[in-house]
Amino acid sequence: MAADPMHQFEIKPIIEGPQLGPFDTTFTNSSLWMFVAVFGIIILFGLATSRKLIPGRLQSFGEICYEFIMDMIKDTTGPEAVKYFPLVFALFFFILFANLLGMNPWAFTTTSHLAVTAALSFFVVGLVFIMGIAKNGLKFFKIFAPSGLPFIMYFLIVPIEIISFIARPVALSVRLFANMMAGHVMLKVFAIFIAFLVGSGGIFAGAAIVPIIGTTAIVALEFLVAALQAFVFAILTCVYLNDVYHVDH
Amino acid sequence: MEAEAARYIGAGLASMALIGAGIGIGTVFGSYLQGALRNPSAAAGQRTNLLLGFALCEATGLFGFVMSFIILFG
Repeated sequence: MAADPMHQFEIKPIIEGPQLGPFDTTFTNSSLWMFVAVFGIIILFGLATSRKLIPGRLQSFGEICYEFIMDMIKDTTGPEAVKYFPLVFALFFFILFANLLGMNPWAFTTTSHLAVTAALSFFVVGLVFIMGIAKNGLKFFKIFAPSGLPFIMYFLIVPIEIISFIARPVALSVRLFANMMAGHVMLKVFAIFIAFLVGSGGIFAGAAIVPIIGTTAIVALEFLVAALQAFVFAILTCVYLNDVYHVDH
Repeated sequence: MEAEAARYIGAGLASMALIGAGIGIGTVFGSYLQGALRNPSAAAGQRTNLLLGFALCEATGLFGFVMSFIILFG
């Protein structure tokens, strides 16, 4: 059904693959667009890192991207967390490319599926947990009990902190997924409205100019949201990594 | 009441979570602008916190939105 706004999120198999235990190895349009995003990043930064002393335009762009992420890590987590730079850089650019590629017509938005965003966010929170234990030992559990509180308050604070830690991956994944899905559904609903107006003919077809302007504005907003959500995912990763280094907050 | 009608009403009610998100986002940006106009030199340093507050606030509303989609299409 063409007029269904959820039709765009359908996963279609491109190359059928064998079933390996619990894993279905079928190559789908979702996998295809993930590959496009990854190869786009590799080609862009492969060209941008030509290592000339006087940078050209593309190399300047690469350096700006590098400094942007580096400043984000240093400001949010501190200079000792610089070894997580590759992780944050990769996460930011993968999500940014997936979001922006999804804005193209006929493209598939990989980040509009909860399975993709949940995998990313559970990896981040799991990494924070494992690295926190590896670095601080059992002292890591102090993040659930901030110091300097009256003793009776710990009965209230500790459960709240534990729940908020468990809610982190859920919130992180649902935020990205819901933002991307909501934007694309909204665009489709407005576009269908234009088609209805034009289809009814006469004065209604002339009035279709109003939703066309509206849809164009929403497309601009969606580009902003695509960049903003990648930024938010990266900066929340930095905020969570903060717990690894500053347990006693 | 028919089950189908109740489902649509429920989806509508679930998306009311976005009212709170709208108020919250307005408060976040309004307060930032207030603070920025009082002390413009400190405004640039707080832009990260602004976007963080915006994202955290928006997420709570989008949970309700996702609930309404689960009710409608789930």
